[in-house]
Amino acid sequence: MIYFNNVSKVYNKDSLVLNDITLTITSGEFVSIVGHSGAGKTTLVKMILADDVPTEGTVFFESINIFKLKDGDLTKLRRRIGVVFQDFKLLGNKTAYENIAFAMEAVGKTNEEIESDVPHVLELVDLGSKMFNFPHQMSGGEQQRLAIARAIINQPELIIADEPTGNLDAINTYEIVQILKKINDLGTTVILTTHNRGVIDSIGKRVITMEKGRIIRDDKDSKNTI
Amino acid sequence: MVMIELKRIIKAGFINFARSGVISWAAVLVVTITLSVITAIILLQAVLHFSLDQIKDKVDVTIYFNVNAEESKIISLKESLEKLPEVEKVSYFSANESLKLFRERHQNDYSTIAALDEISSNPLGGYLNVKAREVSQYESIANFLNGDNTLVLGSTSIVDKINYHQNKIVIDRLNNIISGAQKLGFLVTLILIIISIIITFNTIRLAIFISKEEIGVMRLVGASKMRVRGPFMVEGAIYGIIATIFTLIIFLPVTIYLGNNMTNFLGINVYDYYISNLFQISVIVLLSGIFLGIISSFIAIRKYLNK
Repeated sequence: MIYFNNVSKVYNKDSLVLNDITLTITSGEFVSIVGHSGAGKTTLVKMILADDVPTEGTVFFESINIFKLKDGDLTKLRRRIGVVFQDFKLLGNKTAYENIAFAMEAVGKTNEEIESDVPHVLELVDLGSKMFNFPHQMSGGEQQRLAIARAIINQPELIIADEPTGNLDAINTYEIVQILKKINDLGTTVILTTHNRGVIDSIGKRVITMEKGRIIRDDKDSKNTI
Repeated sequence: MVMIELKRIIKAGFINFARSGVISWAAVLVVTITLSVITAIILLQAVLHFSLDQIKDKVDVTIYFNVNAEESKIISLKESLEKLPEVEKVSYFSANESLKLFRERHQNDYSTIAALDEISSNPLGGYLNVKAREVSQYESIANFLNGDNTLVLGSTSIVDKINYHQNKIVIDRLNNIISGAQKLGFLVTLILIIISIIITFNTIRLAIFISKEEIGVMRLVGASKMRVRGPFMVEGAIYGIIATIFTLIIFLPVTIYLGNNMTNFLGINVYDYYISNLFQISVIVLLSGIFLGIISSFIAIRKYLNK
């Protein structure tokens, strides 16, 4: 599904963030990318969204070279990917309902579809009672669940969760990981980045370990490595 | 689908405006200031044009004829003058009318009137009063008169004198003043409008800068550029519409005050001008406001949309 072909990224001429990354992620996988801060995890996943551009190499989504896409095609590709960030990146001046409705409007869903699907997905992440709350009126865990709801609303083929538990306590972290596992069980590919090895221990799927911009381990079943 | 998208964009623009609170009203305030400058310029231009028109109206060329000049020759000259494109109006005053007007002008000057009464015949000839369309065109009218053979009766000219030559210095100076005032007015207008546009653009840019992260998020969740940009442009238009209403209201008491207190000084009742041209002024101000708001938003958001 995703193929990184000798991808390197250099910032300011001498800061090597990604160093010759070659990586294949197949459809339906749950891939955790673990590493310390500055290991290059976020830069790696940003490239799948063309939110960052490699200095060398390229990234393919299926057979599409992401960096050769025109603006309209890139927008269409992004609609096939759901994204969850550490800092939630919710639209601050929109309610929980509107945040999700916006993602649906972006892909051209009708008002009827929005009116029926948004309350449903909010119930799924246990935010039914917070439908008309603004993000600043919600806890960190609630905001992250809202971000997940937004990411899954259009039934994407891929979910990218970049440090989704970084700002959460242990209980909320567990809940978020369980939600992501459920999403993966339903057939969606999930890429999770985290600096917390404890988070991925409970998942038991493929784990890629990064250090200083390089992949130093790629364990197909993390339970064998613990 | 396009209509649904448009409706969503417009609705989002209104919601964003309402929820942005202080930022929205700060932008409205700045656009109001810009539109006030534009309205003030419109009124100043009106005062300037009115004053210049009044001055222009006082300028004319008079051709005085000899006492024995034939009226048919004068009428023929009047018709020739009226055919000139530079001439706006030619008025003929016969010798009798000249005398009547002279008597009226000097009715309190007993010695002059008594002297006139002493003379049995009319000592005054007729005259033509010529008004040009522009002050600068009097010279070409004077040149026409100098070259016209109909002015000669036998070996002598039927013209006693043409006052253009006496007024030439005044007319030339006036011409320079009018042209200078118009150029200066245009320059000042241009500078003020450019400054206002820059201030407005920067205020709207600041309002959009605050939302730059949200713009990035919208793009990442797959929103098209138009879907992201649209509501900001609608917000810009709302700034323009509200600022127009404020501006038109603000200028009501201002023009009433100017109308009551400055009409003699300005030569024009600014309030009357404002009210009688309210529709045109409203359209100009509204279009300027909407244009400023939309274009500023369009340009300001561009750099955040490139991802």
